[in-house]
Amino acid sequence: MSVAKRDIVALEGVTKRFPGVVANDSVDLEIRPGEVHVLLGENGAGKSTLIGMLSGLQQPDEGRILVDGEPTAITSPRHALALGIGTVFQHMMLVPTLTVAENLLLGGPWWQRPKTEELEARVAEITRTLGITVKLHAKVSELSLGEQQQVEILRAMVRNSRLLILDESTSMLTPKGIDELGALMRRLVEQGLAIVFITHKLKEAAAFGDRISVLKLGRKVGEIPPERFRALGEQAIISEIVELMFGKQKDDPEAAERPVRTIRAEAAPLLEVRDLAVAPTDDAPGLSSISFDICPGELLGIAGIDGNGQKHLAEALAGQRATVGGSVRLQGTPIEALSVGERRQKGLRYLTDDRLGEGTVGTFPVSINFFLKQVGAAPFWRKGVEQRAEIDKRAAQLVREYDVRTPSLKTPVARLSGGNIQKVLLARELAEGAKVVIFNKPTYGLDLSNTLASRQRIRDTAARGLAVLLISTDLEELLSMCDRIAVISNGSLVGTVENADDARTKVGRLMIGLAA
Amino acid sequence: MSIDTAPAAGATALDATAAVATRRDIQHRLLMTLGPILAALIIAGCILLAVGVDPLAYYGFVLKRGLLSPLGIQQTLTRMAPLLFLAAGLIVAFRAGMWNLGGDGQFLLGAVTAAASAPVLVEVMPAWLALICSFVIAMLVAMIWSLVPALLRAYQGVNEIITTLMMTFLGTSLANVLVKLMFRDPGTTVPQTRTLPVEDRLPRLFDTTITSGLLLGLVAIITVHLVMTRTAFGLKLRIVGANPRAAIHAGLGVPKLTIAVFAISAGLAGLAGAVDILGVQGNVRADWNPAYGLAVIPVVFLARMNGFAAIGFVFLLSVLSIGGESAARRLGVPNHFTLVLVSIVLIVLALAEYIDHRYNQSRKA
Repeated sequence: MSVAKRDIVALEGVTKRFPGVVANDSVDLEIRPGEVHVLLGENGAGKSTLIGMLSGLQQPDEGRILVDGEPTAITSPRHALALGIGTVFQHMMLVPTLTVAENLLLGGPWWQRPKTEELEARVAEITRTLGITVKLHAKVSELSLGEQQQVEILRAMVRNSRLLILDESTSMLTPKGIDELGALMRRLVEQGLAIVFITHKLKEAAAFGDRISVLKLGRKVGEIPPERFRALGEQAIISEIVELMFGKQKDDPEAAERPVRTIRAEAAPLLEVRDLAVAPTDDAPGLSSISFDICPGELLGIAGIDGNGQKHLAEALAGQRATVGGSVRLQGTPIEALSVGERRQKGLRYLTDDRLGEGTVGTFPVSINFFLKQVGAAPFWRKGVEQRAEIDKRAAQLVREYDVRTPSLKTPVARLSGGNIQKVLLARELAEGAKVVIFNKPTYGLDLSNTLASRQRIRDTAARGLAVLLISTDLEELLSMCDRIAVISNGSLVGTVENADDARTKVGRLMIGLAA
Repeated sequence: MSIDTAPAAGATALDATAAVATRRDIQHRLLMTLGPILAALIIAGCILLAVGVDPLAYYGFVLKRGLLSPLGIQQTLTRMAPLLFLAAGLIVAFRAGMWNLGGDGQFLLGAVTAAASAPVLVEVMPAWLALICSFVIAMLVAMIWSLVPALLRAYQGVNEIITTLMMTFLGTSLANVLVKLMFRDPGTTVPQTRTLPVEDRLPRLFDTTITSGLLLGLVAIITVHLVMTRTAFGLKLRIVGANPRAAIHAGLGVPKLTIAVFAISAGLAGLAGAVDILGVQGNVRADWNPAYGLAVIPVVFLARMNGFAAIGFVFLLSVLSIGGESAARRLGVPNHFTLVLVSIVLIVLALAEYIDHRYNQSRKA
């Protein structure tokens, strides 16, 4: 570590909280010129929040950010730019109907004529040293995604950025585009720039980085400094990262020993899924030939990096998403043609991961949210008329039973913390009549005590003889709870592992695309 | 907004603080509603001053003619009937998160079909049955008219604000065409429909000129309010309005509910047209368009889509429009000044809401 290379930006014990979620938990980070600093972590690990704070969109609750060694409050994106911090966001931030030059000139003072000639000279200089070509007078909509990204990087350079943040920049690029971006990053750091490169792809991290920091659930769980980085080969780096990301940590309070449970193997499966297929959408791959069985009392886990079709799988099973093939049987009866409500009637329950987005109606009282999926059903509605006394009586019962901390039954559910909203959902899905329950990321964004409470609920559910499908991106969680773990990758199940001693390694290998 | 909403410090009894909080809440609500109205009256007064009219004389005249004179109050209450139906229709749509702005087209088509059918039907059946049939026909026609925006929204996700507005232009023109070409009364030279004899119209209340349509309107809006707040169907619509994704997650048939909302909303607008024709006007003249539908929208917002509050605000709008019509003739202030006044109220109210919100936020921070 040379003394000459002083940190451009350093984070000291930065913590950021959102209602019910700790997004960053005292994170330290040093960003130096001439280095590609890779921030690695899954969705929800807190990467985006960290960038939000660096680019002035959000303010840390605790800790401080040093710019050139001085504690600085980055108050706005404009301020961040003035400090020399340029960000290329995950989603393109260019105006598609304008030309490249016009996009680059946006944000200039409104009372001046745009200085086109000056820009052209500056762009020519930058592109020459970087060895890229940019068509200044082409419309942005006519450029490929890779070219658009170059324009965004160029924009940051035109504004004299010293630190360039690339947020999931490879997610929309072709393999060739990714290689080109890697080469471009190398040339940029050779010019003395600092780059923060955010990704959840291990191979890119190993190929493009100089230093790697691994984030997990808001905490920084490890760092590989440049000296060590150079000493290790690519395979060694990847396996070290896998260890950091998915490995068991000492003194981890979440680690609970999985009680040995015996599943009556002779029992017929409660849920049978055969060759389920779903068409792809813009943001997720489609599902193809998904098949699995779950027996009564069994807990099947679905592991995988986020965005590999988990949500589609849950929605297709619940009946919210149209399938293009395959069958789903509940206790031997086909249910693939039934509606959401009919499947629920038969005992299929889906606990969504999007608690406020679709799980609840935020402005409605807690009491009504318990019965959102039963509107019109007796005894809470009689002849279509609401029976407020019945609703309140049952809601009070559920609040007590599931330990929902709410000021009153009339409180709008959005005012509760994430953990308590989750309890409302648990109460709604697990109360009478459930046979098969799908949990999608049930502890995502919860604090420790609520995480542990939710997991206990899920274990109890399986212990009651229900079939449980647990979708999670937290491998630790799956290992501590499931009987079997299936790994989903790019919309298909790439393997199923019995949760025995070597399951951790096997699942980890399946997740990064290696054979178990 | 300078009311003291600081929490009572050190209050120990929970009930007491709760009671204080509720009273504070009600006081706050009243202030947040009446304050802006007062401010709006002052602003509108300034506009009147600027055009050389004494605002006190204008307001006094509006009050006297719209509220305090026996004839005026009867006219005001009569005017309320169609407005209440329209407000009821808008409450259903807005609470379900669907912006049916096509009220005028639906209203006029309902009015024209009622005006066309009632004089024919009274000749073949008892008057009461003819009235009921005309109401039903008007309602059905308006419902059918809403089908295009409803289907587009339900199955294609096309924004209903645009489609209902476009359909309202078409609807008003179609209504005109129907009056001039199909239902024109051959007995008169003016283009208008056949006139329903006064004795066959909706009965008047007691010895006044108030139409019994008022009672129908009150029944309609109170029913709508109770259905929206107390029934499973109403709750389903409110879920769709508050969080459409939660509605899908909960397994509600959102497309069918969407069509139902449009049908109910348009049906009530059609009934509004029918109640105005069968109770008051007796016929539809060509180019007649009172534009009640647009005037009622701000009223429903002022009432925060609450049926009972809407009754109060509809009454206020009626007083203003009846009084405003008289004042227009006497003081030379254009009729549409009523709408100017209502819109100023709405803007000031929105500003007050914004300031109140900012004030609360900064107090919390």
